Amino acid sequence: MSDHEAFRAEVREWLEANCPPEMRQPVKDEDDVYWGGRNAAFKNDAQKAWFEACRDKGYTVAEWPEAYGGAGLTPAEGKILRQEMSRIGARPPLSSFGIWMLGPALLKFGTEGQKQKFLNEIARGEIRWCQGYSEPGSGSDLVSMQTFGEDKGDHWIVNGQKIWTSYADEADWIFCLVRTDKANKYQGITFMLFDMTSDGVSTKPIKLISGNSPFCETFMDDVKVPKSYGEDIPGYVGEINRGWDVAKYLLGHEREMISGAGGGDRTAAIGAAMKRMSGELDAVLRAELAMFDVDALAYSAMGEKFLDEMKAGKGHPAQPNMMKYVGTELNKTRHELMMAAGGSRALEWESEETRGGKPARNWLRTKANSIEGGTSEVMLNVISKRILDLPGA
Amino acid sequence: MPLYHDDDQAMLAETASQFMAEEGAIAKQLRHWRDRDCKDGFGHGLWKQFAEMGFTGMLVSEDDGGLGMGSYEAGIVLEEIGRNLTPSPFLASSVLAATALKHADSNARERWLPGLVSGDHVYTVAIDEGAKHRPEIIKTKAEKSGNGFKLTGQKDFVLHGASSDMLVVAARTSGSDDDADGITLFAVPRDAANMSHDAVRLVDSSMATHTKFDGVELDGDAVIGEVDGGREILNAMLAAGRIGAAAEGVGVASGAMDMTVDYLKQRKQFGKLIGEFQALQHRAAHLYSEVEIARAVTMKAAQLLDGGSEKADLMISVAKAKVAKAAGLAVKEGVQMHGGIGMTDEYDIGLYMKRDRALQEFLGDMYYHAGRVAELSGY
Repeated sequence: MSDHEAFRAEVREWLEANCPPEMRQPVKDEDDVYWGGRNAAFKNDAQKAWFEACRDKGYTVAEWPEAYGGAGLTPAEGKILRQEMSRIGARPPLSSFGIWMLGPALLKFGTEGQKQKFLNEIARGEIRWCQGYSEPGSGSDLVSMQTFGEDKGDHWIVNGQKIWTSYADEADWIFCLVRTDKANKYQGITFMLFDMTSDGVSTKPIKLISGNSPFCETFMDDVKVPKSYGEDIPGYVGEINRGWDVAKYLLGHEREMISGAGGGDRTAAIGAAMKRMSGELDAVLRAELAMFDVDALAYSAMGEKFLDEMKAGKGHPAQPNMMKYVGTELNKTRHELMMAAGGSRALEWESEETRGGKPARNWLRTKANSIEGGTSEVMLNVISKRILDLPGA
Repeated sequence: MPLYHDDDQAMLAETASQFMAEEGAIAKQLRHWRDRDCKDGFGHGLWKQFAEMGFTGMLVSEDDGGLGMGSYEAGIVLEEIGRNLTPSPFLASSVLAATALKHADSNARERWLPGLVSGDHVYTVAIDEGAKHRPEIIKTKAEKSGNGFKLTGQKDFVLHGASSDMLVVAARTSGSDDDADGITLFAVPRDAANMSHDAVRLVDSSMATHTKFDGVELDGDAVIGEVDGGREILNAMLAAGRIGAAAEGVGVASGAMDMTVDYLKQRKQFGKLIGEFQALQHRAAHLYSEVEIARAVTMKAAQLLDGGSEKADLMISVAKAKVAKAAGLAVKEGVQMHGGIGMTDEYDIGLYMKRDRALQEFLGDMYYHAGRVAELSGY
């Protein structure tokens, strides 16, 4: 038996023993996802048991080093774990912007002290992070952002406003882009870390067309951000005024995440499920579903190739932009087709049968997929410039 | 198994890429033979070179004198064939016929495989009946006759049928036209009496035949596999052939796209390079995405097929359909973005459009395979 086969057998056995049956059901509601944080509450015992088992095993962040709360798995082992979890339909034990975004940035740019503190907190689900990037006047043109941090020696005084801050009202800390040099557009931004309970921080949920409010406006009014949280724990990531490098790196990760490249069913084939739901399908709808399933299944192979190449250091560094572009456009199409197959039932906004209008609300939610984290148009610009090397793009 | 080439596969890709760009180039092969009105549609000299490179017997087992490789490796060669529009009997002979012969008894393998591996012989397969690919329905009949069979019917879209030394023919030995069972495969030699070819040149300059079997007498040893047991072999052939055609299509798409993106960087209008216009940039970037995905799913499907996975069948149809979409887009955008010059015979982009059209149709087009994806998925 090869090492990988042995590892797979070990993982299977561990999952069998530790993943409760309830945690092998598809995620249906918002509270089926465990986000961790100071104020976190478990929906049920199964969710708690599954989270704690993974936390203790290092499986909330399996490929991070053990010293930072991970299990130190190799990329090949990580893939095996994902495959085995996917095989039994296991839910992610912990979801967080700390895992997806801040973690990778700290692993690449953080000091040892920052990694010890923040990565362990993230891995153990103790601190829930949010991301302060966009501003009302800075969407696609993110680098034009104006939130300003005035240098006061050992700290900054930060003033400004962020928008589209996901779950800011439930987050404990924020990683936030702040301008620290007004004269230098790209090299005048610092990637700061601070507590959301700091004086002067306030949030206001934004009600979306889906009726839900996953995003907030975040206001910073004379917020004091320390330059240090202790020995070797700067209050910023990377260098002062070089936060754009970190931000760009992180945008890559965000695009991978939104693209669904990490797995999941966001772009899974749907034809069979639609038939089960609505009985006979109109011929043309069936044809559209079939063409969609071709695209979705092909994209799942692309996701696998993309991840394999990324882990092996192959593949084009701008490829996440392509994944993000295609993945989000597919997801929008998916929900258009689900609405079509769902008929008038899918229009219901508040009924019990639709669990509070899930089909319609999810359909509307997907329209943001190709806007958040860089619009499809920006993705196409990046592909043109960085991959195809087209002139003046 | 990761979804990228291992060292050996990367080396094969480099070798095939170099070989095809030099020896299989458009001017040297496709245009050369087309402009001489070649009745084979390909050059036998190049086929011998394929043999020297080891390509002809890639899928033939080592015991039978081949390299014993898989569809993934054949796909590497086919992608380069597609990129250079290299006309050759590779897909029909070395993929389709070779896959059928894997199931043949040792006498048949000894009779047919050495000629294939050495590049002295060219084979093909006769599957389609009518203008669309519908292998579920087979009407061509093989009736018991003495110790052998008598073959009657017509096959269409037989690639270089008139130039082939042997045709693998799928015929009905029992049951009704649309029965899954009752199919038998026959190795029909070129000199079989009462077989006639109506050879036609296709849009991509390749040659195909409408082949008539008017009571063709065959010995019992012409049977490949078991009598009435041919469906499984036919399915194996179709799987290998479809993923091979998809791989070639990825090459066609890539070749057309690369040529087009290069053109966007050279052609000036309104005082700038047309590649500076965002309207074209976004279309090129979208095309790039589609071609990348088509390549990924083709690699995945080939891996599944080589690994004997039960998911292979579904993913092969996904790949064939996805490649058809991506390559179709590549050649259409290619001609449009080239503008007027794209409509000229002198420019190569139109040749990509023609090859794509023929390749899409071969072994099932986008509609056929998308429909199959629906059926295999249960709707």
